[in-house]
Amino acid sequence: MGDLAHEDRTPIIELEGVTKVYGEGQAAMAALRGIDLRIHGGDFLAVMGPSGSGKSTCMNILGCLDTPTTGSYRFQGTEVGRLTRAQRTLLRRFYIGFVFQGYNLLKRTTALENVELPLIYRGLPAAPRRKRAIEALDVVGLADWKTHTPGELSGGQQQRVAIARAIATDPLVLFADEPTGNLDTSRAREIMDLLTGLNRDAGITIVMVTHEADMAAYAARMVHFLDGLVASEECNGRGH
Amino acid sequence: MSLREERSMLWNAVVLALREIRRNLMRSFLTILGIVIGVAAVITMVTVGEGATAQVRQQIANMGSNLLMISPGKRLGPGQSSATVPFKEDDGEAILRDVTSIAAVAPVSSAGLKAVFGNQNWSTTVTGTETQYFDVTNRTIASGRKFSESEMRSGAAVCVIGSTVAKELFGSQDPLGQKIRLEKLACDVIGTLKEKGQSTMVDQDDVVVIPLRTFQRRVSGNLDVAMFQVTVREGASTEKARTDIRALLREHRHLSASDDDNFNIMDTKEISSMLTGTTKLLTALLSAVAAVSLLVGGIGIMNIMLVSVTERTREIGIRLAIGALEREVLVQFLVESAALSCLGGILGIALALAASVWGASLLGVPFVFQGGIVVLAFLFSGAVGVGFGYFPALKAAQLDPIEALRYE
Repeated sequence: MGDLAHEDRTPIIELEGVTKVYGEGQAAMAALRGIDLRIHGGDFLAVMGPSGSGKSTCMNILGCLDTPTTGSYRFQGTEVGRLTRAQRTLLRRFYIGFVFQGYNLLKRTTALENVELPLIYRGLPAAPRRKRAIEALDVVGLADWKTHTPGELSGGQQQRVAIARAIATDPLVLFADEPTGNLDTSRAREIMDLLTGLNRDAGITIVMVTHEADMAAYAARMVHFLDGLVASEECNGRGH
Repeated sequence: MSLREERSMLWNAVVLALREIRRNLMRSFLTILGIVIGVAAVITMVTVGEGATAQVRQQIANMGSNLLMISPGKRLGPGQSSATVPFKEDDGEAILRDVTSIAAVAPVSSAGLKAVFGNQNWSTTVTGTETQYFDVTNRTIASGRKFSESEMRSGAAVCVIGSTVAKELFGSQDPLGQKIRLEKLACDVIGTLKEKGQSTMVDQDDVVVIPLRTFQRRVSGNLDVAMFQVTVREGASTEKARTDIRALLREHRHLSASDDDNFNIMDTKEISSMLTGTTKLLTALLSAVAAVSLLVGGIGIMNIMLVSVTERTREIGIRLAIGALEREVLVQFLVESAALSCLGGILGIALALAASVWGASLLGVPFVFQGGIVVLAFLFSGAVGVGFGYFPALKAAQLDPIEALRYE
């Protein structure tokens, strides 16, 4: 399987027996019940599963927005569960890009400024920051739209701006949470082509949560979640 | 982070804050109105108050440092009994005769009367005194002359008028040689006083000076003298003069060793501190009220910042998710509220300068720019922004990015 091809390399992401429990005592609810997962550099992984299967919870943990209740999550060998909130923020700042279902762009802020945002937090001076942001917008084909605000862009365009924002920092991993969830089929295909291209050409590791099999089919590897456990794993046999 | 990055981050926060303020221009303006009014009020109060105090000091300095005022009654103050033994003219004569360090003594009695000339009339203060009065109080004659010895002795119906009275009664006419009526007393204008200017509380040029004897016979109807104004000889000790006058008057007024003084001697320093004390108290009280409005302004800012944090929950979530540290979000919101209140401070200062110039001219006091209070008020407005912005900013910084991103 996909994993075997990487056996000699240290994975970027390594989950071992990760659980996540919300609430306490009688009201305790386990969203994840022991996940083992390895993701290597250059992977394109689709996480599938019905709602409530724990895939979003897992995504939050993978994105260092949340920490496991028990188990181990190593990001590039670092045990994330032991990091402080600020340290996890810095991990996100320097290694992680996010694409959300609802785009999550700043309103009344131009596409360019949106893409510049993570670069600001990286402390990049204005001139190179602008250059990088325009380059990223160019990659998603929206260089001509840089002065437009999200309200003036279509859903597909907004998602492309969001992808530009995620890749402007040249992240190690890009986490996409239902990136096509709000788009019609043809816009969704455009986005998936874009992500596939980024994975193939720029070598960006991508982890994508989706419940649509069509979209998951673009990924090299698929993981199915069910009731907080990995139910099955398969390889599309594309590229890898 | 390096210092340069730290600075550029702060600069980004300022740019961001100003953009946010501009975006909600009307709301921002209403939010800072409290600060504007508070800052403007504090600065105006202090500026006008200091102007008034400076003026009082100047006027008292004009009187000369060697002036003493002696009035019957105990210390000025609340709960004062009015049953006092009045002075007579011979008290003043005794002071001049027996206290060697005294240069001149002017008895002064005053009454508010209506002065009439032709069909013009004007309510003014009529002062009965002697010719030394002009020297003792530093008044100079602008035209005409002072009273003569014989006019004083006989209680002649003559007067010297201040410029306000001259203007009100005579307009552009020359008052010299005219006859004005002070109730039943008709008197010749023999001189005019040189202008002395507006005082904080009284117009010093709104005065008619007549001989003391004339005042006693035709106005007050008794031989009392309301007070003495005394100048101490050049080079002599004011303190010594006071002690001597006190001893003399105690003897004159038959006070035993256990009795308190039933008269009161004030030097210019005391008069000055009495008058400026009142102005200062008023200034302090009004400034305190103004400071409260600054505080209320601060609460307004806190309120609107809380609204802003709630409105921008999603934005905060995005920032936190893509790598903004708590501290950076905190700084962003702190800078925003500080920028708001500093903007209020700047508007307040502008308003205060306009109001101070206008208020000073209205009250007839000089406008003295108070740099200290301007800087203080500005810093305070900034501090209000930081202080009252802290809680909302902390709330923003501590949001959970997952929940904030889910917020609709």
